[in-house]
Amino acid sequence: MATTPTLDRHTLPSGGRVRSFIKRLRAGEEAAYLLTLAAAATILLITSLIFYELYVQSALSRHKFGFHFLFTQTWNPVTGDFGALPYVYGTVVTSVLALIIAIPQGLGSAIFLAELAPPKISDALAFLIELLAAVPSVIFGLLGMYVLVPILQSSVVPALRTVFGFLPVFQGAFYGVSYFAAGVVLSIMIVPFIVSISREVLLAVPQEQREASLAVGANRWQTTWHVVVPYALKGIMGSIFLALARALGETMAVTMVIGNVPQIKASLLAPGYSIAAVIANEFTEAVGDLYTSALIELGLVLFLVTFVINGLARLMIMTTTRQGAHS
Amino acid sequence: MKSFVFRKKAMNILMIGLTGLCTLMTGAILFFFLGYLVSRGASSLNWAFFTKLPAPVGEIGGGMANAIVGSGKVLLLATLIGVPIGFLGGVYLNEYAGATMAFVIRYATDLLNGVPSIVIGIVVYALVVHPMGHFSTFAGGVALGIMMIPISVRSTEEFLHAVPMSLREAAIALGASKWKAIVTVIIPAAIRGIVTGTMLDFARVAGETAPLLFTALGNQFWSPGWNHETATLPFVVYTYALSAYQDWHRQAWAAGFVLLMLVLGINVTARLILSRGSYRPSGGA
Repeated sequence: MATTPTLDRHTLPSGGRVRSFIKRLRAGEEAAYLLTLAAAATILLITSLIFYELYVQSALSRHKFGFHFLFTQTWNPVTGDFGALPYVYGTVVTSVLALIIAIPQGLGSAIFLAELAPPKISDALAFLIELLAAVPSVIFGLLGMYVLVPILQSSVVPALRTVFGFLPVFQGAFYGVSYFAAGVVLSIMIVPFIVSISREVLLAVPQEQREASLAVGANRWQTTWHVVVPYALKGIMGSIFLALARALGETMAVTMVIGNVPQIKASLLAPGYSIAAVIANEFTEAVGDLYTSALIELGLVLFLVTFVINGLARLMIMTTTRQGAHS
Repeated sequence: MKSFVFRKKAMNILMIGLTGLCTLMTGAILFFFLGYLVSRGASSLNWAFFTKLPAPVGEIGGGMANAIVGSGKVLLLATLIGVPIGFLGGVYLNEYAGATMAFVIRYATDLLNGVPSIVIGIVVYALVVHPMGHFSTFAGGVALGIMMIPISVRSTEEFLHAVPMSLREAAIALGASKWKAIVTVIIPAAIRGIVTGTMLDFARVAGETAPLLFTALGNQFWSPGWNHETATLPFVVYTYALSAYQDWHRQAWAAGFVLLMLVLGINVTARLILSRGSYRPSGGA
C-alpha cells in the first residue's frame, strides 16, 4: 500500500546478479535496504521474544497448576500454592466498572464534540482532552490516593448508599481504598481515549450521510443518533476495546488505590487486588522459582488478554477509518 | 402530529444538553484533579528539590536531584535504543516493505504497543537484570526503549506516507538512486513530523513507572555510571506517595508536578511545531 510501484527496487536494472548486488552495496543502495530491514526484523524479534520469555519462564507454574491456576483462591508462597482467582476477579471488576462509567461519559463527549459543538470549541476541547490522555498513570495514582479517595469517602459513597444501599455491591464497611476507587480512577484515565478516538471516527463519517438525513427532515440529534452513530459504530466499539485493554493492564494507579488485599467480595466497597498490582508488589520480592514463575504466568495472562482485545479493537477501527488504526 | 414534532424538538434539545454536560464533566473532572496537583505541587516545590539528595528517613528536607538525573539517564538511553530502531523500521515499512511484510511488521508493532508496561518490566527483568545479577540504569533504559519503538515506527511511517508522490518522482527523474531519494528528499520533507512524533513518544515513556519497578528499581543516593540501580522521578512519586512520612508526601507532590509539567510541556511544544506546517497524514496526527 505504501510503496511506490514505479520505484520498486526489484525493477532496478539488473546485470549479473552478484556483480550488481556488490555494485549497489557500494553505492549504498543495498546497505540502506539491509539496515532498515534489520531494524524492522528487530521489532519482530522483540515482540516474539516477549511472548517467548513469558511462556518459557512461566513453565514451572503452568505445569504444576494447569488451568486451575486461574480458578483457585489460595495464594500461599510458603506452601507453594498459587491460585490467581482474586487477582483475575479484581482486574475484571475494576475494568468493567471503569467502562460502565466511562462509556456513557466518553461517548456523550465525543458525540458533542464531533457533531453538535461549533468546530472551534470542538477543536480546542479535543486538544485539551488529548493532552490529558498523556498524563502519566502514577500521577493519577497520586491524585486517586490523596484527592479522590477522601471525596469518595466523605460524599460520593454515602450518597450512593442512601439511594442504592439495598444492593449488595454497595454494602459493607468502606475504608476508601477499594474496587470502587480503582474503577473510578480507571474511568477517569480511559475517558480521554474514548473521546479522542470516537471523535475521530465520527468525524470520518461522510458528510453526505448527514446531509441526506437532514434533507428528509431529521433534526441534528436524530441525524446524529440514527445516521452518524450507527455508521461509526464499529469504530466506536474499537475505541472502547482499546480503553478496556488499557484498563486491564493499568498498574500504578490501580496499585495505589485498590487496597491490595487478595480476596473476593461482592461489595465494590471492599478492598481487593488486581493482576498488575500483585506483579508490581511481589515480583522483586518473590523467593523461589515457583513463586516467580507464578507471577510471570500472571504476566502471560495479561499479555494474552490484552493481545486479543487490542487485536479486536484495531480490526474494528481499521474497518471504519484507516487513520484510526494507529492512534 | 403536533406532539410528535414537540417530542422531536424536545429530544433534540435534551440530548444536545446531555452530551454537552458529559463534555463539561469530562473537562471539569480532569481540570479539577490537575489543578489540584499544580497548586499542591508548586507550593511543595523548592530549590532543594532540584539540588539536594534525599534526606535520611525521618529527617525533614532534602531533594531529588538524583532522581532527576536518573530519569534523564534512563530516558537518554531509551531514546538511543528506541528511536533508531523505530525510525529505520518505519522507513522500511513505508519505503521498502511489500504488502505481506508490511502487514506482519505493522501487526507486530501494534501488538508491542498494546503490551501492558508491567509485562515489559517482567521480560526485561528476565532478559537483562537476571543475567547481570543486579538492577541497573541500563535495564531501565532497555525497558523504556522497547516501549518507545512502536510509536516511533508508526509516526515515522505515517509522516513518510504523507510526503507527496510527486516529490519522489522528481528526485528519481533527476537521477537519484532510491536511497539517495529517501535520504535527501523524502526524509527531509517529513522530518518535522517525525521529530514531533519522537517528542510525543519521549513524553509518553517519561512518565512510565511500572517497567522501572523491576529494572532501574530506586536509589537514595547518586547512581554512578550505567550499572547500578537508580532513582527516577516516576518511581519516587510512587514510593514517596505510599510512604508514612508527611514530608515525603510533600516531595511526592513536588515530583508529580515536575513530571506533569515535563510531559505536558513536551506535548504542547510538539503539537505547536506540527501545526506550523508539514506534510500531514490525512485526518491529523
